[in-house]
Amino acid sequence: MTYLIGLLSVVFLVLAIMIVSKSIALSKGIQGADDSDARVDGANNGNAFGFLVFLVLGSIAAAWSFLHSQPDFLPIAASEHGLKTDQMFWISMGIVTAAFFLTNTLLFVFAFLYRYKKNNVATFYPVNHKLEIIWTIIPAIVMAVLVFTGWRIWRDITKQAPENAVVIEVTGHQFGWYVRYAGNDDNKLGNQNYKLIDDTNQIGIDFTDESSFDDFTANELHLPKGVPVLLKIKAQDVLHSVYLPYQRVKMDAVPGMPTKFWFVANKSTDEMRAELGKSDFNYKLNCTEICGRGHFGMAITVFVDEPEDYKAWVAQQKPFLTQNPDYLAKVPEKLKGKAQKYVPAEAPAAESDSTQAAAGAAPATASLRR
Amino acid sequence: MATATLHANDAHAHGHDHEHEHHEPGFIRKYIFSEDHKTIAKQYLITGIIWAFFGGALSIIFRLQLGFPNMNLDWLKPVLGEWIVEGKLEKEFYLALVTMHGTIMVFFVLTAGLSGTFSNFLIPLQIGARDMASGFLNMLSYWFFFLSSVIMFASLFIETGPASGGWVIYPPLSALPQAMPGSGLGMTMWLTSMTFFIVSQLLGGVNYITTVINLRTRGMSFTKMPLTIWAFFFTAVLGLLSFPVLLSAALLLIFDRSFGTSFYLSEIYIGGEALPNVGGSAILYQHLFWFLGHPEVYIVLLPALGITSEVIATNARKPIFGYRAMIGSMMGITVLAFIVWAHHMFVTGMNPFLGSVFMFLTLIIAVPSAVKAFNYITTLWKGNIIFTPGMLFSIGLVSLFISGGVTGIILGNSALDINLHDTYFVVAHFHLVMGAASFFGLLAGVYHWFPKLFGRMMNNTLGYIHFWLTFAGVYCVFFPMHYIGIAGFPRRYYSFTALANNAQDTFADMNAFISIAAILTFASQAIFAFNFFYSIFKGKKATQNPWNSNTLEWTTPIIVGHGNWEGEIPAVYRWPYDYSKPGSASDFIPQNVPFSVTPESNLPEENEEIANEKDIEGLLAVQNDVYNH
Repeated sequence: MTYLIGLLSVVFLVLAIMIVSKSIALSKGIQGADDSDARVDGANNGNAFGFLVFLVLGSIAAAWSFLHSQPDFLPIAASEHGLKTDQMFWISMGIVTAAFFLTNTLLFVFAFLYRYKKNNVATFYPVNHKLEIIWTIIPAIVMAVLVFTGWRIWRDITKQAPENAVVIEVTGHQFGWYVRYAGNDDNKLGNQNYKLIDDTNQIGIDFTDESSFDDFTANELHLPKGVPVLLKIKAQDVLHSVYLPYQRVKMDAVPGMPTKFWFVANKSTDEMRAELGKSDFNYKLNCTEICGRGHFGMAITVFVDEPEDYKAWVAQQKPFLTQNPDYLAKVPEKLKGKAQKYVPAEAPAAESDSTQAAAGAAPATASLRR
Repeated sequence: MATATLHANDAHAHGHDHEHEHHEPGFIRKYIFSEDHKTIAKQYLITGIIWAFFGGALSIIFRLQLGFPNMNLDWLKPVLGEWIVEGKLEKEFYLALVTMHGTIMVFFVLTAGLSGTFSNFLIPLQIGARDMASGFLNMLSYWFFFLSSVIMFASLFIETGPASGGWVIYPPLSALPQAMPGSGLGMTMWLTSMTFFIVSQLLGGVNYITTVINLRTRGMSFTKMPLTIWAFFFTAVLGLLSFPVLLSAALLLIFDRSFGTSFYLSEIYIGGEALPNVGGSAILYQHLFWFLGHPEVYIVLLPALGITSEVIATNARKPIFGYRAMIGSMMGITVLAFIVWAHHMFVTGMNPFLGSVFMFLTLIIAVPSAVKAFNYITTLWKGNIIFTPGMLFSIGLVSLFISGGVTGIILGNSALDINLHDTYFVVAHFHLVMGAASFFGLLAGVYHWFPKLFGRMMNNTLGYIHFWLTFAGVYCVFFPMHYIGIAGFPRRYYSFTALANNAQDTFADMNAFISIAAILTFASQAIFAFNFFYSIFKGKKATQNPWNSNTLEWTTPIIVGHGNWEGEIPAVYRWPYDYSKPGSASDFIPQNVPFSVTPESNLPEENEEIANEKDIEGLLAVQNDVYNH
């Protein structure tokens, strides 16, 4: 295919040049008889003809390249709102493609038809209000329809997430994404504060909030199929942007300003694998806001699971507190009882002395571990 | 001493070669620190052309990376030095290239190079003025631009590299040197350079507006002004109102970077430490930036459209269709340009209600743009078209303006923008509609006014070849980018290895094709450079009015001296588009021809204007007084 495209490009350029130079020679021959006309040089007809050739070759190239690229476009949207925006996209695309061909055709055909001819006089045609009004109103109507449809879709996408939405927090940093789930018990994300970030607690989970106790983190994004998911999006250092191309989801991650996007993923990873015929296919979450040297590689794998699989996966996950019992030290005294149940009864054998835990709180942690 | 140094810089960095043939006393005043609008225009033009080659070359380097990710780039080491690591482009330097390409092209080429050149050159010549309202401010405008150019150019050579956060330099990335090396000294230089650039633009803008309002020759009412002047006028208004906002955005960023303020910074943890800044808003910067950034699109585009209007009418030998509609649509674009900026921010977390508002406003701006395109097409209808190189580039501009413009309807729709935002679809869109279209306007202007600029003609055949290669090339580069965008490829990616579905392989051919087309297109600009510099010295001598045009600049001497007209400035009696008027023996009637001498071709309402000719003549004393106070 490389060669085909390369060849096409060369052919395209060479043809353009050839035709121009040929027609220059040709028109020179024609005009040889009548050289008195100094207003145009021999190339005038050639250039006029060039526009016609450009129109024909360009249209062929446009149509061919579209058909050639189409199989590599993103497959049909894997989310409910994505189906609507895709449909709207292709309708708009149809309209603008029609406008594109119509206007370019008129432009190039007029350029060809009304090329300079000796003894010809251009038509003095400075204004026609009726025409002006027509081509102000027609685009205005088309725009109005497009805007209105687009606005309704936009409104539906950006309205409040449904009550039952699964809440997942995605935090961008240079250069990766942290994912935090609300946990198995309260289905509520605990507070978070950038000042609490350390090497282990990379999101800065705030353990003075009891909702945090059952929260668990992961380095991949699991989404239940067919259930509304609300992504709460954060950034730690610079701007990032959550992009789920297959789900048509995009929202910037802004330090200091949480953003959100809710959607319903309606095609599981397995279904997409079957559709594409690729058993190793995985969805990705990419970054689309320039964030530094690793921007292009800032991606994590996304799994869209059947709801029951998702439930099973979630159930297997261990809360952050369970995996890092040292952080019990950060829990205020009155909540320690509630936090206790997430801390393994037996302290992990190889637990090293925590450097994160405040010195004064360390003995308390130690005693609790026992 | 200082002037001598500056002069040396000038000769080195910007090679004003054409100035070296006139060594004579007063050289510095005449060619370097000149207050003559024509010299300043040439300074802008040549600086702009040099910048264009630089900006283009940068894009070729990153296209090599995108088109041929496995290519060994060691051969670039003599130029790029340590930016090539093990035969590969350094990842941060890739971002620096993208950033500097954008900055250079948008600001230094298409803003300064385009409106700096043609506003300066054409406003006095086409409205019938001896010079700009303030020659001194005009000179300052160029030299501030020059200073800004020197700083931006120097930033390419510092060890930590130039600014690398994208041409929009969104904080916090641009505010924190810890985030990327380019946000250190490189960004400081970027901000300093842009500050001087803005000063330059404001000095220029004030001058353009003042000159158009105050220095029109007798009889040159607003409704008799060529569309070029209308376009430059609106451009200057846009620039004057929006560049200060960029300046404030830049100043706040400078404060955040150097003085510990928190305008844009909040709750940041970077490099292993939590920064103390709270309460700032990164979105605030985006609002301020795009309040300039969007009008900037039209600052770049309107002069190109103005030039096209003039060139198309002249060479179609027809009046521009819908003169008043053209002015009206430009006015509409000017006003609307200020209230659509947030369509760049649909998915930044901005309140979605604002998104709806900006979607409505954005799609309204498509209407005047469409009207302009239709009017150009109708102007060609039943013309008698002479394809000069300028005309070819103008027709090319209209085609690119349409092709790039239609996808704006899609991107302006916030629901559709969700998926397409920051993908190659956007890159394709704006490169066609504002990049290539404006660039074509610049080239059309150079080809068309070259005889007036330098008193010589450019070679037409080379012009034709240049046009066809560039036109085909631009489409080959940017048309396929739409497909890559629809496939969900994000922009500013060093490589596409992290996309799902091994997507990097699917468009490897296409990316290679685009890169080859870009290299060919860039290479074919050498034809232009040769033609341009050769013709300055060796071109065929120009005639008085080589394109048989109506506007006033063609009534000046072939080599225009200081003060533009040797005798009285001509008066203006008619609009600039009396081409192929029925009844007239000639297919053009210049603006300075009174209706009283063309009874055979006058329209009924024009016969009534004959009575006013005495009044117009009577203004001569007043007009002379302006220059002799």
